[in-house]
Amino acid sequence: MKETIVIGISDQRTSRSPNTLVTYALGSCVGVSLYDADTNIGGMAHIMLPQSVPGRDALEIDRKKFADTAIIDLLGRMVRQGANRGRIVAKIAGGANMFGIVDGNGFGDIGRRNVISVKDILSGLDIPIVAEDTGENFGRTIFFELDTGKVKVRSLGKNMKEM
Amino acid sequence: MIRSYSELNDEHIDVLREIGNIGAGNAATSLGVLLNSDVQIGLPRVRIEDYDNVIASVGGSEELIVAVLVRFKGEANGVVLFTLSMEDAKNIMAILVGEDETDTPGLDEMKMSAVKEIGNILGSAYLGSISMLTGLELDISVPHIAIDMTGAILSALVVEYGAEDSKVMFIEERFSLGETGLNSHVILFTDIPSLRSVMAGLGLSI
Repeated sequence: MKETIVIGISDQRTSRSPNTLVTYALGSCVGVSLYDADTNIGGMAHIMLPQSVPGRDALEIDRKKFADTAIIDLLGRMVRQGANRGRIVAKIAGGANMFGIVDGNGFGDIGRRNVISVKDILSGLDIPIVAEDTGENFGRTIFFELDTGKVKVRSLGKNMKEM
Repeated sequence: MIRSYSELNDEHIDVLREIGNIGAGNAATSLGVLLNSDVQIGLPRVRIEDYDNVIASVGGSEELIVAVLVRFKGEANGVVLFTLSMEDAKNIMAILVGEDETDTPGLDEMKMSAVKEIGNILGSAYLGSISMLTGLELDISVPHIAIDMTGAILSALVVEYGAEDSKVMFIEERFSLGETGLNSHVILFTDIPSLRSVMAGLGLSI
């Protein structure tokens, strides 16, 4: 039985082939999809913010929110499920600026900062980013198909993008 | 001093509801004048919710909405968001410019800026009344518009105002307009320090 597992805002899950992981309507948030093609184990995190705050990285609900803690935890989950750490690759999507607001005090800039942080953290963990669809000013729903490792990106008024 | 929205007590919630009532009441009056009809507002709701529930309260996460955002800064910071369906946006335009284009797929540039201006008028009316009630000086930004997935638009605001907490607080009202069946929302998001300033302006300390 093929299952579709939905990941909410500031949440994360792992699963394996033939299931699909989906997260709806990423705005400034970033969806990180990690995949090990050998075992067909995948994990997805819906990340809200670039960096954890010291002293607030202990609670699980907080850890899922921030790029640094969320990615490390997701990776740990996958390895515990049996994924091969050295084979894991990443596909990332989201990080938009929905209202196209650009000003000096950071409002509207969180999407861009999320993407930068996610890339830094993945690079620090030696996880290659093999595909990305980030930035701009539109929402994205992502479907991560664990039988193939493909991530399909749905946006309103656009063709489904496969990566 | 409260540190999270969940610590707000019933008295605080009542005050916020009243602020929403007066703010949205003014906004509804302005919209009514603009459209030359009677705009009704529902009971304001003060919601302290998990992130996913914020979106569910406005619509499906992938549902298309037209959203106009007005930010305020100064002695309190936050946003007022005016949302409506594409159909409602077109209905309003039909009332305003007298042409029925409900069959066309989207909004052209001119209509987008007209919708943006409506959002601006509503947001300014809402914030003007908060400013009046509390004595706080608020700088109101130019309006910004987004036409996209409900979830993508709202989550971007949840990130701005819910990051400090595991929940987000917002004051929400529905607008309705007799015959055309307009169904729109006005939502205010603000942070905890700003709530403290608003309450202080009303003689309450939180």
